[in-house]
Amino acid sequence: MEVELIFKISLVIVMFAISLGIAAYATYGERKFAAWFQDRMGPSNAGPWGLLQPLADGGKMFFKEDFIPAASEKFLFILAPCIAMLTALMTSAVIPWTTDVVVMGQILSVQVADLDIGILYVLGFVSIGVYGIMIGGWSSNNKYSLMGAVRASSQMISYELAMGLSLLAIIIMTGSLGLREIVDGQTGSFLGFLPNWNVFKQPLGFLLFLICAFAETNRAPFDLPECETELVGGYHTEYSSMKLGFFLFAEYINMFISSAVIATVYFGGYHFPYLNRMISDPNMLAAAGFAVFFAKIFFFIFLYMWVRWTLPRFRYDQLMHLGWKTLIPIAVLNLLLTGAVMILKDYI
Amino acid sequence: MQSLTNRSKIVSNKKMTFSESIYLVAILKGMFITIQHFFKKKVTLDYPKMKKPVVANYRGQHILKRDDQGAERCTACGLCAVACPAEAITMVAAERKKGEENLYREEKYASMYEINMLRCIFCGLCEEACPKEAIFLTDMIVSPDQQRDKFIYGKDILVEKMEKRYDTSKRQKHLLEK
Repeated sequence: MEVELIFKISLVIVMFAISLGIAAYATYGERKFAAWFQDRMGPSNAGPWGLLQPLADGGKMFFKEDFIPAASEKFLFILAPCIAMLTALMTSAVIPWTTDVVVMGQILSVQVADLDIGILYVLGFVSIGVYGIMIGGWSSNNKYSLMGAVRASSQMISYELAMGLSLLAIIIMTGSLGLREIVDGQTGSFLGFLPNWNVFKQPLGFLLFLICAFAETNRAPFDLPECETELVGGYHTEYSSMKLGFFLFAEYINMFISSAVIATVYFGGYHFPYLNRMISDPNMLAAAGFAVFFAKIFFFIFLYMWVRWTLPRFRYDQLMHLGWKTLIPIAVLNLLLTGAVMILKDYI
Repeated sequence: MQSLTNRSKIVSNKKMTFSESIYLVAILKGMFITIQHFFKKKVTLDYPKMKKPVVANYRGQHILKRDDQGAERCTACGLCAVACPAEAITMVAAERKKGEENLYREEKYASMYEINMLRCIFCGLCEEACPKEAIFLTDMIVSPDQQRDKFIYGKDILVEKMEKRYDTSKRQKHLLEK
């Protein structure tokens, strides 16, 4: 029992550090990749290849003047970035990072909390994250901030439905809401040659989920809440210093978490074909699974950036049109098809 | 209407086909284009660390040559100042005293010689006008500064240091051919 408690607490601390570290270096990666996509060099002066750039940026953020507008709602103005950061960091609690490890003779699962409703927990906390944006935009008492906040909330509502519906299809197939069960349902092979990942069984659902994940994390082409070209900075126009830093950081943590969720739900999480046959030692297998999982996560983070520097922003009405009139009907159709196949499978 | 240049495009508002209207093909095409740029060799030159090679007769910051004995070649004739279209050059002439033969090559020299680098257009006419091959333009770049008066370069900056001589032989040859 004590071993388990200590293991879980250290896992919480390690995941906290990894989340922050990845978010920090995602900002570096974003700038570097953006530069490469645009035939530029990117940050190169702070440290070798500019690797110390996130530290310089963070240090700069801390030493900036922390300005609170006189007309703002002071308590909520301070609360908003805290909510954004808190919810972003809490989401990672239910993600199964790798297979079970053996520590001092005890089998321990590398997951902070194996909730029965893991996927609902993720959706719930991601939705609470929009409160940070909304409260921040409203309490700034600035029309641009307010417009950013309004856009963020309406975007969330329109895309969460399609996201939930596409996940429902997975839940029907797996029969569980727990992320551990969803991952472990993806071992073996599909059609003989493909790995048994949900993406091959649910290609349409994956596409829907991916689009909605872009919208949920407020990334381009759905970055209307920030919208530098139209709304100055959107909901964080009035923010400065580390409060602004928290908002930006929360976005990158969300990106990391949603990449982890995509990898978990659709790409078999820490599973990789033939991995468990090649490695017999459970701890080595766990390490390999961890590496595989993070390789998948990094691929999706790269995809986020790749898309951001390729596609222009949606217009507001196009965004609503896409969400309500296109994605939701397709998601319902996908759900119906999945249900029909699941029923027919029992008769064959 | 008749087109004059054949470059105008006829605009059509045709309905998109199904494959066009779901945009996925177009998005993938776009992403393929951007990933090609991702791996392209970057043309940026990391300037203060790397420098672009320049031609032999590049017209940068001026230098006032000394001869091989270390005496200044300039005799303050003022031809460079007359030739200068930007009126960037000014000088004060003085007579060489006894015992200064090792400092100045001829009896007259410039006790003050200033070029305003903000006025200078780096045309090289001073170099062409100089009868004594005293002033040359180099491939050095005028360094940036915060104050305007720092850009008025006097003899302390312009006159060549003997321990750090600047090779103008190519430029001299170029002038001799004329």
